[in-house]
Amino acid sequence: MNQQNANPYTLGEIEQGTPCCVPQPLLQVRDLAVSYGEKTVLSQVSLDIYKGCITALIGPSGCGKTSFLTTLNRLTDQQAHAQVSGQILFDGQDLLRDPIDTLRLRRRIGMIFQRPNPFPLSIWRNLELPLKEHGVQDRRVRAQKIEQALRDVGLWNEISDRLDSSALALSGGQQQRLCIARALVLEPEILLMDEPCSALDPISSGVVEELILRLRGRYTVIIVTHNLAQARRVANYAGFFWMTERVGKLIEFGQCRHLFESPGHELTAAYISGARG
Amino acid sequence: MADRLFAWLMLGCAVLVVASLLWVLSDVLIEGFAHFSWSFLITEPVDAGRSGGIGPILISTLWILLIALAAALPLGLGVAIWLSEFAPRNSRFAVHTGITLDILAGVPSIVYGLFGNAFFSIYLGMGFSLLSGGLTLACMILPIFVRTCESGLRAVSDDWRKGALALGMTRSSAIWHILLPAARPAIVAGMVLGIGRATAETAALLFTSGYVDRMPESLLDSGRALAVHIYDLSMNVTGGDGAAYASALVLVVLIISLNTLAQSLVDNWFKRRLVVS
Ligand SMILES: Nc1ncnc2c1ncn2[C@@H]1O[C@H](COP(=O)(O)OP(=O)(O)OP(=O)(O)O)[C@@H](O)[C@H]1O
Ligand SMILES: [Mg+2]
Repeated sequence: MNQQNANPYTLGEIEQGTPCCVPQPLLQVRDLAVSYGEKTVLSQVSLDIYKGCITALIGPSGCGKTSFLTTLNRLTDQQAHAQVSGQILFDGQDLLRDPIDTLRLRRRIGMIFQRPNPFPLSIWRNLELPLKEHGVQDRRVRAQKIEQALRDVGLWNEISDRLDSSALALSGGQQQRLCIARALVLEPEILLMDEPCSALDPISSGVVEELILRLRGRYTVIIVTHNLAQARRVANYAGFFWMTERVGKLIEFGQCRHLFESPGHELTAAYISGARG
Repeated sequence: MADRLFAWLMLGCAVLVVASLLWVLSDVLIEGFAHFSWSFLITEPVDAGRSGGIGPILISTLWILLIALAAALPLGLGVAIWLSEFAPRNSRFAVHTGITLDILAGVPSIVYGLFGNAFFSIYLGMGFSLLSGGLTLACMILPIFVRTCESGLRAVSDDWRKGALALGMTRSSAIWHILLPAARPAIVAGMVLGIGRATAETAALLFTSGYVDRMPESLLDSGRALAVHIYDLSMNVTGGDGAAYASALVLVVLIISLNTLAQSLVDNWFKRRLVVS
């Protein structure tokens, strides 16, 4: 942490598309399809998520990127009419078929939403609540974890003097970082980020982006973004979703650099050059 | 010009409303204080209430209210939570429950009195008693309390529900720790409405708790509520006007202080959970 402060990343310096570790799929998605009622919104999605890497998902609105993310932490369970088929292998288990403790799963796979959604509680309580919920009884341990999470997102120095005031009084960017801290406090393995910067101003967005880069290696991140430049800056792997006949499909998936510099599909090429979408 | 006229007109309406309210209040205050003394609060009524006080009546009123609130608040909150959080969307049962509640909210209180008499007093054998009066009032304030709480809960941002679930929180603890505190203003408003209606109720109590003005010895004793006492004094007792005004004064003060109490209790209870553990 301190080391990183002393030598902060500048975004341009990150070498793009370099896998940051030995490729080893942590999550394998096979032939995934999602439908709401009669309407299929996503089908035939197969990809591997690599441990410690950042995977960016891009594509036009409505092609099912959010739906894809919510299958991974089984948030789709909450939508009575959502049906998911296919296979998601995580830690030797098929998330869609094997009996899964979804509460524990969601502790291991955290999620950040487009609109920052800190609870209408104090800053401290926002972080304490999930810890208590997952049975961290010891007050001192909780305090330690909370401080660590706030330091990890660079909020500790900014707000450590007003932890008892409402989280809703923070700026948008701070709120989003608090939400990231709230996910990190549970020490997840994977972080799902659904357009985490799109509701923020450019400066806050830059701060959150730097934060995401600092998470690389320690966490596995899957980020949906409409900002192609951002995807290029942060990601090791990238996937491109596109709608064909009103059903979302994964058109191309691979190393970020390859996808952006020598796309293997004409739709990808058109999309990243800004011709469509 | 038309704008100014409109503004004046609206101001006129406001003044009219405030003025009539002040007139009623000052009438009650002036006439009431003329007949009020501290012993009025604790002594037994004498000579059909022309002299003496309202001691037993105050006690009966408080018991009836306590029973009504103790029955209506938990039950109402439960129904509201079910309707807004658990009822499947488009569930016929939920829709019909809602419609039923709306109709019940508009039913005149005398009808509740007849129902309470038939059901609690006769069918359940509670007779004319504080218990059957309190339960009848509970039925009467339930619909509006449920609807207010329900709409308060529905107004709570969905982002928080999703956020809580994504952190691996159970739905019940999301409701308990986040949604209910967030819906606090609506819950307080529902309580205030309920307390107001219940305290001021006459018709529903005539057939259920009766108008015996002795000190009740148990919840199965009949007892006269304050509003019933006022009604009786002003309609049936010649020369009871002074006592009626003094009782009305007590009733107004009672309603205001009960509302303040309820509000601060609920606020404190919730605020403690918002800030620190
Ligand atoms: N709960 C739901 N019920 C019914 N349809 C839904 C639901 N959620 C999403 N959809 C539909 O599924 C499709 C894909 O939505 P999704 O939110 O996954 O797209 P997205 O790629 O995240 O879009 P965006 O970039 O706008 O966020 C859309 O047509 C949307 O209307
Ligand atoms: Mg989306």
